[in-house]
Amino acid sequence: MIGFAVPGTSVLHRMRPGVKLALLAAAVTVLAVLRDPVQLAVALALSCALVPLAHLPLRQTARQVTPVLWLLAVAVPVHAWFGTWPDAAAMGLRILTAVTLAAVFTMTTKVEALLDTVQAALRRVPWIDAERVGLVLALTIRCVPLLAAIVREVIDARRARGVGGSLRAIAVPVIVRSLRTADAFGEALVARGYDD
Amino acid sequence: MTEIVFEHVAHRYGDVPVLEDVSLRLAERRIGIVGANGSGKSTLARMVNGLVQPTSGRVLVDGLDVARRGREVRRRVGFVFTDPDNQIVMPTVREDVAFTLRRHRLPADQAAARVDDALETFGLSDLADRPAHKLSGGQKQLLALAAVLVARPAVLVADEPTTLLDARNARIVGEHLAALPQQLVMVTHHLDALADFDRVLVVDAGRIVADDAPAAALEAYREVVA
Repeated sequence: MIGFAVPGTSVLHRMRPGVKLALLAAAVTVLAVLRDPVQLAVALALSCALVPLAHLPLRQTARQVTPVLWLLAVAVPVHAWFGTWPDAAAMGLRILTAVTLAAVFTMTTKVEALLDTVQAALRRVPWIDAERVGLVLALTIRCVPLLAAIVREVIDARRARGVGGSLRAIAVPVIVRSLRTADAFGEALVARGYDD
Repeated sequence: MTEIVFEHVAHRYGDVPVLEDVSLRLAERRIGIVGANGSGKSTLARMVNGLVQPTSGRVLVDGLDVARRGREVRRRVGFVFTDPDNQIVMPTVREDVAFTLRRHRLPADQAAARVDDALETFGLSDLADRPAHKLSGGQKQLLALAAVLVARPAVLVADEPTTLLDARNARIVGEHLAALPQQLVMVTHHLDALADFDRVLVVDAGRIVADDAPAAALEAYREVVA
């Protein structure tokens, strides 16, 4: 879900990434403080209103948010079992709102612009290597689809051989391939001038 | 042309010799390297920009010792790998090409112009805002080329850049490589691609067993793998 900015000219697209990041942090802080499910439902409605405001495609935005619904389908009843339904509803609404806001942020912010912002901020801190932190961020973002592809290929390979998918049988080739990919990735970074 | 010199270069992986006593002077515009799997050809190519260091001997690029001045050498020598997936760092095509220039500290407008130019050259302008990892294999290899050449190196080393591609995409990537103004050192199994090259090296068991014009070198290669 990270890194797929949708090109556009909306007010959210034009807003500076640093300002957006600060607003996102503030909004998530407020969400953490709110306890009333009604207030949190209003917050969710407001965050959903940002989607048409930013002219984001509804289906693509839904794809960013849907995975968390599976998590909530389990977490909310468990939370209600150990606590109360209003608390469970508040927790679910809080997470859903935060994920929606994060999706709007990532879909209106290019990773390059975000890296520039993070690096510019970190350059003011003398003991932090801003370039290196930026590189680590970029690599982390890149590794999500890369690892997903490795896992998918390993599972497909096992299916093609008609072998069941025990955790160990999948984990070992995934780890081996991930390490090999990491080696190749490192070599490619050196070749592109990131050699320190 | 940039002068690439190998002086009595050897390389071992543990106890296994990969290259043995290779001495070469490469100054031609188009240089091909062929050899069977495991012959040492990729190791030879990787040494040109210091991805692999010699166990003994030295490699010089325009007089710069690759082992000592690797960063300077890598500014002159770009490298394209077989699998473009391992070269893509940023989420979108444009961002990935721009990523190479982040270390060059160019003014933003100059960097953007260079990125646009590279995208245009490799026919990627229409795909600029697409997720890079969702491109086809051929498009990914063109992206890898654009991402390396946006830095304007004097030499491009390409290690089997068309091996993972179908015939159509291999032809497209091959045409782009052929049109490059840069000096090109290309490792390949596609022997047809070397017909117009100036010089072809045949590597076998860590040694250069033929070093000639394409026709003669490829004839020697066919005998080696027969």
